[in-house]
Amino acid sequence: MTRISRRTFGLFAGAGAASLALPLYARAQGKPKVVIIGGGAGGATAARYIAKDAGDAIDVTLIEANPTYTTCFFSNLYLGGYRTFESITHSYDTLASNYGITVVNGYAQAIDRAAKSVTMADGSKVDYDRLIVAPGIDLIWDSVPGYSEEAAEIMPHSWKAGPQTKLLKAKLDAIENGQQIVMVAPPNPYRCPPGPYERVSMFAHVLKEKGFTDSKITIIDPKPKFSKQALFQEGWDKHYPGMIEWYGPDVHGGIASVDPASGQVETDLDTFQGDLVNVIPAQKAGMIAASAGLANESGFCAIDPYSMRSKVDDNVFVIGDACIAGDMPKSGFSANSQAKVAAMAVRGDLIDSKVFPAKYSNTCWSLIESNDGVKVGAQYAATDEKIASTSKFISQTGEDNATRQETYEESVGWYEGITTDIFGA
Amino acid sequence: MAGTGTQTKNRRTVGPHCLNRRVPAWHRPISTFVLSFLCALAALTTSSLAEPPADAKRGQKLYRACKACHEIGVDARNGVGPHLDGLFGRTAGSIENFKYSSAMRIRGGAGLEWTQETLDAYLEKPRAFVGGTRMSYRGMKKQQDRDDLIAYLRKASDRDPAAHPEIPKPAHPEIGAEAMALTGDPDYGEYLSSECVTCHQLSGRADGIPSIIGWPKAAFIRALFDYKTNVRSHQVMQNMTANLGNEEIAALAAYFGSIDPQ
Repeated sequence: MTRISRRTFGLFAGAGAASLALPLYARAQGKPKVVIIGGGAGGATAARYIAKDAGDAIDVTLIEANPTYTTCFFSNLYLGGYRTFESITHSYDTLASNYGITVVNGYAQAIDRAAKSVTMADGSKVDYDRLIVAPGIDLIWDSVPGYSEEAAEIMPHSWKAGPQTKLLKAKLDAIENGQQIVMVAPPNPYRCPPGPYERVSMFAHVLKEKGFTDSKITIIDPKPKFSKQALFQEGWDKHYPGMIEWYGPDVHGGIASVDPASGQVETDLDTFQGDLVNVIPAQKAGMIAASAGLANESGFCAIDPYSMRSKVDDNVFVIGDACIAGDMPKSGFSANSQAKVAAMAVRGDLIDSKVFPAKYSNTCWSLIESNDGVKVGAQYAATDEKIASTSKFISQTGEDNATRQETYEESVGWYEGITTDIFGA
Repeated sequence: MAGTGTQTKNRRTVGPHCLNRRVPAWHRPISTFVLSFLCALAALTTSSLAEPPADAKRGQKLYRACKACHEIGVDARNGVGPHLDGLFGRTAGSIENFKYSSAMRIRGGAGLEWTQETLDAYLEKPRAFVGGTRMSYRGMKKQQDRDDLIAYLRKASDRDPAAHPEIPKPAHPEIGAEAMALTGDPDYGEYLSSECVTCHQLSGRADGIPSIIGWPKAAFIRALFDYKTNVRSHQVMQNMTANLGNEEIAALAAYFGSIDPQ
């Protein structure tokens, strides 16, 4: 059979010669196999970079439970009415058609590290030479007493984008003037550090647009401080005066429980009543990471900072929110950055391609109000101890409107860029 | 060209050279065109007008926003953007060896020519006037600013420098000489580029983040050094370039320079 590179294959497939997909399976025999669990910002990027850079020398399989992927990043902008749900939802079709990646739509149940095999929920097995684990986060339901998976239907967390995001949007849009919103913010470490506060900004934006001056938003936070705090609080005072109250632990004294039936959040200080209660509980690495023995007592997975390789298994890499990435925050940008390092290390392992020193970067943009965007970011390098920050920046308080608008427009450009980088073109 | 007409709506009149400005020059009877051209000259030289005439000196200051990408005047070279020597009357997208967006080439092929009116519309909202342009400039809102800038462009792009002795020759600053002297390794550049393409799209699309493909080596290196040394201010880019060495910058210039816009 004529060997064609994955790039060439992509061109053929794009021209409509889709029947070529079949021989690709056949040719997979004997080639080194990489399996990636999780098709988010980390996993899909890793799959694409390995397939793109290894030509047809490596067989790449991406396992993802959902047929499409809705990005957590920019899901707050959907809540605020700036984006449609469709515009933040992406297909895996391009990864399959243009990069020759085998996309398996199913749930990875377990990893047999001794046999180097992934067991799917339907009992089938997928063997690997190298495995990249990118399951994202799981929620620790009982970290907030009274909260549960069932309670999330009434008090949505919406910390995994999808049906929960739509549920929160519906509840937000149903709020009437004078009704109250309460958010229970998560403890560190959690996915997307500025996310809860951008979300509150979007809540306030929707209320303000409707002229609902009698509605208030209360944040009950287990943390004494939060990401971009000065920027958010300045923005809230400017755009939503008197609408948002933030209570740290020194004020509320501790979150005792939530009660979905009554919409109450009990703290040492007081009981807060919400017509909409958004509970974002504590988080840990996706379940499969723990069941495979990759996570440590922190609930997340220790990795080698130079390669993203698991500290407990040389054949396994852990990237994205599930790993312990030192100074890097848990974000889509970070996961995308870590994926490229892991992809390079995997290629080096399997086909002896050149491995350059790891470089990592992250920027998190947040929207406070229309055309008022802020950002925080850093670059990182691997050290023996951890992935360590080498330089960083943050938007300044008191910036002019033009700068903030530029920052917002930049974030829109970044969204187009990173989703193309993750899902291909 | 109907779009050109709508672009010229709602403008403030700025003096006698604005006669008939709602109609693009090539749609007007030739006599009107000549008249308006004479009026334009008058506007540049007359000080007794009710409203301020176009001020090329002020335009020269406004041109600072363009300088990082465009050279102007005799000996001007292509940089990130095409050179602007002999701009007036030039067909859009027509300089050989410059990697225009396909959108700009198509507009040029359809007859778009750079004149007072078309430049005015383009500078007001570049991405609205030429959808898909690689120029990442956001637009100049004020009519007076655009008039002044275009007045400067008209003088500075004159191919007879003797006519405008006050216009400086384009500077070709020697920044990043050590990186310039290196032959960048495009493979290394491709690896390093993975940090850039999270935001900058390889297709050359510019949705709020500038396109960085197909730039001349010197322009690319100069831009990165300008960020590295805080001459150009942008938090993300200053941060990204802080740890880049000469070899890395040369490699990135080689890689991104080798990519053609789609």
